[in-house]
Amino acid sequence: MPLIEIRDLVVDFDTGKRVVRALHGIDLALERGESLGLVGESGCGKSVTWLAALGLLGPRAHVQGDVRLEGVPLLEADARQLERVRGRRIAMIFQDPTSSLNPVHRIGTQLAEALVLHRGMNDRSAWTEARRLLDRVGIANAAQRLNDYPHQLSGGMNQRVMIAMALAGEPDVLIADEPTTALDATIQAQILDLLRSLRDDGGMALVLISHDLGVVAENCQRIAVMYCGRIVETATVADLFAHPAHPYTRGLLAALPEMEGPVRRLEPIPGSVPEPWNLPPGCAFEPRCLHARGECRASVPTPHRVAAGHSAACVRFGALVSDQAPQGTRLREVA
Amino acid sequence: METRLETAGRAGVPPAHDAGGTPALPGKTPLLEADNIRRHFRVRRSGWFGAGATLKAVDGVSFQVAPGRTLSLVGESGCGKSTTARLALGLLPLSGGAVCFAGEPVGATYDAAWRLQRQRLQLVFQDTMGALDRRIAVGRQIIEPLEIHGIGSPAEQRAQGMALLDAVGLKPHVFDRYPHELSGGQRQRVVLARALILKPQLIACDEPIAALDVSIQAQVINLLIDLQERFNVAYLFISHDLKVVRQISHEVAVMYLGRIVEHGTPDRLFRQPEHPYTRALVSAIPVASPARARQRLLLSGDPPNPIDVPAGCAFHTRCPSAMPACRTQTPELRPLPDGHRVACHLAHGDAGAVATQAA
Repeated sequence: MPLIEIRDLVVDFDTGKRVVRALHGIDLALERGESLGLVGESGCGKSVTWLAALGLLGPRAHVQGDVRLEGVPLLEADARQLERVRGRRIAMIFQDPTSSLNPVHRIGTQLAEALVLHRGMNDRSAWTEARRLLDRVGIANAAQRLNDYPHQLSGGMNQRVMIAMALAGEPDVLIADEPTTALDATIQAQILDLLRSLRDDGGMALVLISHDLGVVAENCQRIAVMYCGRIVETATVADLFAHPAHPYTRGLLAALPEMEGPVRRLEPIPGSVPEPWNLPPGCAFEPRCLHARGECRASVPTPHRVAAGHSAACVRFGALVSDQAPQGTRLREVA
Repeated sequence: METRLETAGRAGVPPAHDAGGTPALPGKTPLLEADNIRRHFRVRRSGWFGAGATLKAVDGVSFQVAPGRTLSLVGESGCGKSTTARLALGLLPLSGGAVCFAGEPVGATYDAAWRLQRQRLQLVFQDTMGALDRRIAVGRQIIEPLEIHGIGSPAEQRAQGMALLDAVGLKPHVFDRYPHELSGGQRQRVVLARALILKPQLIACDEPIAALDVSIQAQVINLLIDLQERFNVAYLFISHDLKVVRQISHEVAVMYLGRIVEHGTPDRLFRQPEHPYTRALVSAIPVASPARARQRLLLSGDPPNPIDVPAGCAFHTRCPSAMPACRTQTPELRPLPDGHRVACHLAHGDAGAVATQAA
């Protein structure tokens, strides 16, 4: 049994004027200790998937489908049951650590609060454990830092504090939603290195949500690519980058500038992402797809098996996999 | 398809990315020249009554931009790259040094000459919604600079606006749309059209694609390259994304705490970075191909507070190869034998510094 299983998850948002469907049936499974990357552009539903699974979307969202944590359904769970899951079994960290921390409380107080709540510790042992956690996430002078306020720490340090807080419940899964997007490059490298080492030690599963293909490529075993509220391709990291099957995935890879080799003209994906209330009838990517045919407009494609553990929701993938990945025009040679 | 390789030799400008790695500046006069520019801010250390301090946002930066070329400033937040651009465009008074644009001095004088200079120097930002007025149709906003400077009749202005709309790849009907009706990528195209309408010689682009989605970023990068070829406009390009910088630049300058620490062609700088900070930056880029994952060079700690820039080399507190001399002597930005410029004792093999390390 997978640790988390999401089946046919559908989310509708009632904006007052109309009902907008943000997720159109997500199927995902996460095994114990696995690291899964969720990639896609803004608005594709990668964050909404997990917010919906944890019941964090609020009253305007209408969630349907089935989410199970070790077989126990989460969507029907009441607040008390969810409280035993959120933070303790499944922890989540977000892009902007400074807005996730309370500015008027000391770091130590906030960490200890989580420990008292999730692990039933008393104040004294919670403080000691908080210091150990800060040490664990690589904050120097942990004992002193416990008395600091969030504004006294840098963005990278605050993200470490958030990770420490997520670890407080000793969760089975850490969901990291764009954890390094607001951070500088050298700090991003530090935080990703920390997440990797935590996973290596603890056997904790990791869901890494990112728009950056490079970040997930280096930190995950499996990747799910999302577009317009659907998963369009899933594969192991090696498979996805070596044999991308869905035209959207291939488009994303061709649109990325490289750091090595000759500089080529980028191959952008034409057009832009359709509005969620104005999706085309068939495949949502069809208007931007270079390989689209009439059949693509007829119905929404279902996932097709490409290889073991690799599936793509594209009716034409069979005709595409054999092609070579597109090669851009050379802009200049390197010495 | 026209490529940059073929067109780089136009108008007597040598190929952009010559193998030698020498910053390609021929005898031609540079379009924009910054000479040892500085900008210091008076700040308080903490609260309203804290002790005064000087924040050296830009501390002795020199560079040149040739006509129709791109110089990129890269570095982490707070390194002074945006301040440098604002100084170079005369939007912020200099605390020291001088900026020269096409032979004329640039300063934040806000007089008639400064106003005239605005026609030739333009600026594009990351936040397009903030750069556009949401109550005015984008077409009007594109031709507004022509109205302000009193150039052409209304019919001519509209025709020019339409022509530029086409040049940035937007359909004519977008002319009468409002900013909120456009996507982020389309808005950035509108902003570029407005920046181009006065036929500027230089556009400073401050993180112009950072807010865009991956698939749209590539569109705008290609557009920037095409517009440069077509209008022969120079870019002062600011970005923290080294992959984008490599794609678009003829020259790259890496900044750390208000100073340039390395300066050269993108090929030389990214293939063989000399400064330990550049090396860390380059190695920190996540690579989207698992087969080529490289050994990462992790820096410890955060960049120091720019109020308390460390003595000697500002990077020595985080540098994995710092030597005693780095704590006392500030390294100058000097060329190596191949013309690539770097400010590092180790890269230059400074005799004194190396000897101290050996000891």
